[in-house]
Amino acid sequence: MRRLGELLAPVALVLGAALLGAVVSASTQTYFVDTLVKVTIVVALYLFIGNSGVLSFGHVSFVAIGAWTAGVLSVPAQEKPAIMPNLAHFLRTTTVGNVPSLALAALAGLVLALLVGLPLMRLSGLAAGIATFGVLEIADNMLRYYEKIGPGLNAFSSVPETTGVWQAAIGALLAIGLAFAYQRSRFGRMLRATREDPAAASAAGISVYRQRLLAFALSGGVAGFAGGLYVHLLPLNIDSLYLDLTFITLAMLVVGGSGSLLGAVVGALAVSGLDSFLAAAENGVDVLGLHLDLPAGTSLIVVGVVMAAVLVLRPSGLTGGRELRLPGRRPAPPSAAEAA
Amino acid sequence: MTVAILNVSWQTLADALALGGVYALMAVGIGLVFGVLRLVNFAYGQLIMAGAYALAFASQWGWPGWAGILLCFAVVLALSVAMDRLVFRPLRTQSPAVMLVATFAVAFLLQSIALLAFGPLGKIASSLAPLNRPWTISGVDIRKIAIVAIVVAAACLLLLQLLLTRTAVGLQMRAAAMDFGTARLLGVRANRVIGGAVLVSGVLAAVVAVMLTVQNPLVTPDFALRDTIVVLAGVVLGGLNRPVPATLGGFAIGFASGILGGALPTNQSQYLPTFLFAAVILVLLVRPNGLFTRGGGAVERV
Repeated sequence: MRRLGELLAPVALVLGAALLGAVVSASTQTYFVDTLVKVTIVVALYLFIGNSGVLSFGHVSFVAIGAWTAGVLSVPAQEKPAIMPNLAHFLRTTTVGNVPSLALAALAGLVLALLVGLPLMRLSGLAAGIATFGVLEIADNMLRYYEKIGPGLNAFSSVPETTGVWQAAIGALLAIGLAFAYQRSRFGRMLRATREDPAAASAAGISVYRQRLLAFALSGGVAGFAGGLYVHLLPLNIDSLYLDLTFITLAMLVVGGSGSLLGAVVGALAVSGLDSFLAAAENGVDVLGLHLDLPAGTSLIVVGVVMAAVLVLRPSGLTGGRELRLPGRRPAPPSAAEAA
Repeated sequence: MTVAILNVSWQTLADALALGGVYALMAVGIGLVFGVLRLVNFAYGQLIMAGAYALAFASQWGWPGWAGILLCFAVVLALSVAMDRLVFRPLRTQSPAVMLVATFAVAFLLQSIALLAFGPLGKIASSLAPLNRPWTISGVDIRKIAIVAIVVAAACLLLLQLLLTRTAVGLQMRAAAMDFGTARLLGVRANRVIGGAVLVSGVLAAVVAVMLTVQNPLVTPDFALRDTIVVLAGVVLGGLNRPVPATLGGFAIGFASGILGGALPTNQSQYLPTFLFAAVILVLLVRPNGLFTRGGGAVERV
């Protein structure tokens, strides 16, 4: 039961953020909901990057696919011709509710991640990380121009805005629960063994390829789910699901510490808080009696500096890649499975 | 489709060769630093972007072409040395994944700074525009820059080959790329080798900046960002761990990109990135260790 701290600390943080978000004014609330969706995306990133030690620049493409799936399927039928005039017949005539659209978004992310993972996970770690850029480019290119499957360059207006504080919080909690269950499972342990020493893990009979593929597909599913949540929050367009989002979510993971679930959540909350504050300050804000009015674009600079500084000064992130352990009787010797 | 592929004009072929040459230079620039530092520099594109802004400002101030090129070299070299001191050096002992994320952050930082300082609309670098006009060779129009780029890329690769095989510092760089620890034990000075690699890679970035700016005179904050992503894919396609295959990979993806761009029918040309990256992924499915590497490719174990 001591290990429950691993789950409880991230859950408590998310609940805290949701409660805070529920009591603030409606305009501030958007920032909290946005933050909770980002938590879900970063947990998806963590599920793969944290456990495997392999970078992925491609996860935002799974977020985008999820957003497209949920968005296209939940725009009311009579409004589809206005924003998506060239939609394929099946998509034009099919409309589903909130929960099924989220489930289908997760499924779409999972299937896509599995398909692209089949070739990419065979690469060595660093090469795999770079090659995931290819996935991002393909997804961006197809969604941008292929108007049979979505709005192309238009924004997803008239998607029912069902992602409020509670839907976002439940989504983030589901993602955290899945990530926790995965990292405690034998598959999660095997993948972390390959992260520490691929050669030794292979020698112990672990297929590096299969374990990475499994985690990649799972985290693609979570990312797709997060995309579904996202499109039910804001009228997204393809530009909001490309390099900027890739950068900011990776920054969150790295700042928090990519080695732990707690790190993913802490990083997402901390960087989101900073980013939201700076975004507000770009429009002018009063802090402690001072009027702050920053030029547009400052927030990416500050986040970039913070990320670089954390990497240089504390490469394992704010949490040091550790989970919170509740105090218990035994002084936690590393178990045999973890040492392997 | 077949007809379209066969129907490649001389202009397209020259452009594709030129793009291949430029991408090969970028691949070498990234590969040299990777060789000694195990660091994939995602911010390489932003070095090129800085050089392009230098050219744009020089032409805005009415400087002659050669002065703009000098300024471009100065800016790019200064920035690449600064990048090495401030970011690469403190991170030298970290894993390649951490270093890649760090350079990703630097890339975004530089891009945001450019956005803030110079605005999103971009600047025009016009002083080298005459190079973009066509030369007529036996009835075929070929842009001068295509020829210049092919010649310059070939010359740079040749000089680099001489540097790596005929000079002491080149030998040290190759030794460091093979096994940095042992090379240091044998008296190779780490900072000298890394400094050398960073400088040469900076020179190549400046050369690439000039070439790309002539072809595309509108300099925006995301200048060369797409190119960097394509070149990185090319480097992985060729084989990340070996310099020559990596360079060939850079050339191959540039050439393929140029040919595809010319051969695709107009209504499909917007899907060029999809075709290109799908091809990369398919090739990697068959040859995970790279297109131009022989044998299994050693697993890194350190």
